[in-house]
Amino acid sequence: MNLLAVIRVAIRALLRNRLRSFLTALGIIIGVAAVIAMVSIGEGAKSRVEQSFAAMGTNLLVVRSGSSQMGGARGGFGSQPTLTWDDLKAIQTELSSVKYAAPELRGNQPLISEEQNWTTRVAGVTPDYLLLRNWRIASGSGLPEDPESNAKVVVLGKTVVEKLFGAYSDPVGQIVRIRNVPFEVAGVLEAKGQSPMGDDYDDTALVPVRAYAEKLQGGLKKFIAGTIYVSSATGVPTSKAESDLNNLLRDRHRIRLGGEDDFNVRNLAEIASAQEQSTQTLTTLLAAIAAVSLLVGGIGVMNIMLVSVTERTREIGVRMAVGARPRDILLQFLVEALVLALIGGLTGVILGVTIAQQLSSSFGWPLLIRVDVVLLSVAVSAAVGVVFGLYPARKASQLDPIEALRYE
Amino acid sequence: MALIELREVTREYHMGDVDVRALRGVTLDIEAGEFVAIMGTSGSGKSTLMNTLGCLDRPTAGHYRLDGREVSTLRRDELAEIRNRTLGFVFQNFNLLARTSALENVELPLLYAGVPAAERHARAAAALERVGLGKRLDHTPSQLSGGQQQRVAIARALVGEPRVILADEPTGNLDSATSVEVMALLQALGRAGITVILVTHELDIAEYAARNIVMKDGQVISDIRREPVIAEVPA
Repeated sequence: MNLLAVIRVAIRALLRNRLRSFLTALGIIIGVAAVIAMVSIGEGAKSRVEQSFAAMGTNLLVVRSGSSQMGGARGGFGSQPTLTWDDLKAIQTELSSVKYAAPELRGNQPLISEEQNWTTRVAGVTPDYLLLRNWRIASGSGLPEDPESNAKVVVLGKTVVEKLFGAYSDPVGQIVRIRNVPFEVAGVLEAKGQSPMGDDYDDTALVPVRAYAEKLQGGLKKFIAGTIYVSSATGVPTSKAESDLNNLLRDRHRIRLGGEDDFNVRNLAEIASAQEQSTQTLTTLLAAIAAVSLLVGGIGVMNIMLVSVTERTREIGVRMAVGARPRDILLQFLVEALVLALIGGLTGVILGVTIAQQLSSSFGWPLLIRVDVVLLSVAVSAAVGVVFGLYPARKASQLDPIEALRYE
Repeated sequence: MALIELREVTREYHMGDVDVRALRGVTLDIEAGEFVAIMGTSGSGKSTLMNTLGCLDRPTAGHYRLDGREVSTLRRDELAEIRNRTLGFVFQNFNLLARTSALENVELPLLYAGVPAAERHARAAAALERVGLGKRLDHTPSQLSGGQQQRVAIARALVGEPRVILADEPTGNLDSATSVEVMALLQALGRAGITVILVTHELDIAEYAARNIVMKDGQVISDIRREPVIAEVPA
């Protein structure tokens, strides 16, 4: 008996009990749809987290000065300036695992435009800083390319522009006074949204680092009274850059083996990956719950196949009498279970993708359908059909033809 | 060598705690082309004999040679193949597949013989034509009368061109006029060279057979050849 004929017979048998077949397939449909939708939700959440970390800047290391010690009271990191401009140069030139290194001097400063005033985080930075933080200029020319420039220009974040000039204005070329020093607006930053911790990235103003040091901060010639942002070179793990950075600074600051660092390096990539891992765990959990419902669907298939074998005992007897071998009967019921499970699986894929689409558009997440998950769940539903169909099919094939023919 | 040779065939089985000896040493030869009626009361062993002849059951002891081949020791797959190619069955309650057309019911043995679809349709249609149902190929059993259903069953039995047709009480569920029609059909098959073995407890049905075998308590108690009554279908 060829396979095509077997499949036709199976489909005919399933159509004979439409409602029952549908309800049985529904178990598989819900299982597969749940797996696909759940994984898609998990992936959406993960990409959300990834996006917010990407906004912060990926493969980022933050280097801060060490702590001060005054009569037994230890200040926090950064309280004792230990990082020098020479350290920065050394990081930029000596480490191959580092792509960009940029200083950031930062403080809250009042900004005054012609009509309004607003106090915000003003940061003295170099052009590399923008590259390092994945930050682009939306309009204007941006900061001068020379990192040593002390030009009195400022690049404003979107929130600051709104507060000082109104929502839809272009302030490029206008004058903003920072601590009464006039700065020309040289550009507006692209909106970046919120940090993973909920801070507004766009509530900031950037000026050249030299201008900041000379006009706004004052003093401290040799030391950097702020932070150095470092990004690892492409293809280099952030942890490698981190250890190189540690070694270089310990060496330059002449810290002995076993001595305490007088600086602090934080690895943002690690924080990001921890976050990603937690969403990954969530995805796995959701998928596992969904897989259980697929299993329950499989048990439904087995149940209905057992009923079907019992109901069709006479038919099995007739088929055997006219020459069906046990394996023909086995194949017939197995194919029936398989067709049922596969139809359920494919319908489940369609339903799952539809649900994922609905959810992603209502949450505003990107629609992420993992092809491997789709293929896997179809394969699993087929496997469910075979595994749970095997026992009833075997039972059918082992029937005694005489008993089967006599069955009422 | 006879087409069917039974030698000291016994069949015992257990029903609960009771051992039933359904056949107690049956020795029997049936030649090709014979029309045989097996008779006996309920419990005489005639059904067990029929199942054994039909390769649905295997003897506990003894030998059964069908067409020169020892079948008492064959595996289930091999028995299925013999049922498919050498035997045809007609049952008392027709045993057609419900909600399945006459044509497809008749095609069933060919399906398991691996006959390609086009040939299958053609042969099944020809078999239905032969039993006088050439115009009812698409009818399902529920749309056919009892006599018509039994004729579909006969078409199914003969479509595989078997050597032997086994009919278990083929007229048991039919009225007497229809019974004569069915017997006429079986006699026609006999004339065409097919061996027909019939199980019945009705004397008048047995009269259509050329040989009557009577069973009692698992043994053959009489085996006579006689001139059969010819089944005449009233025009």
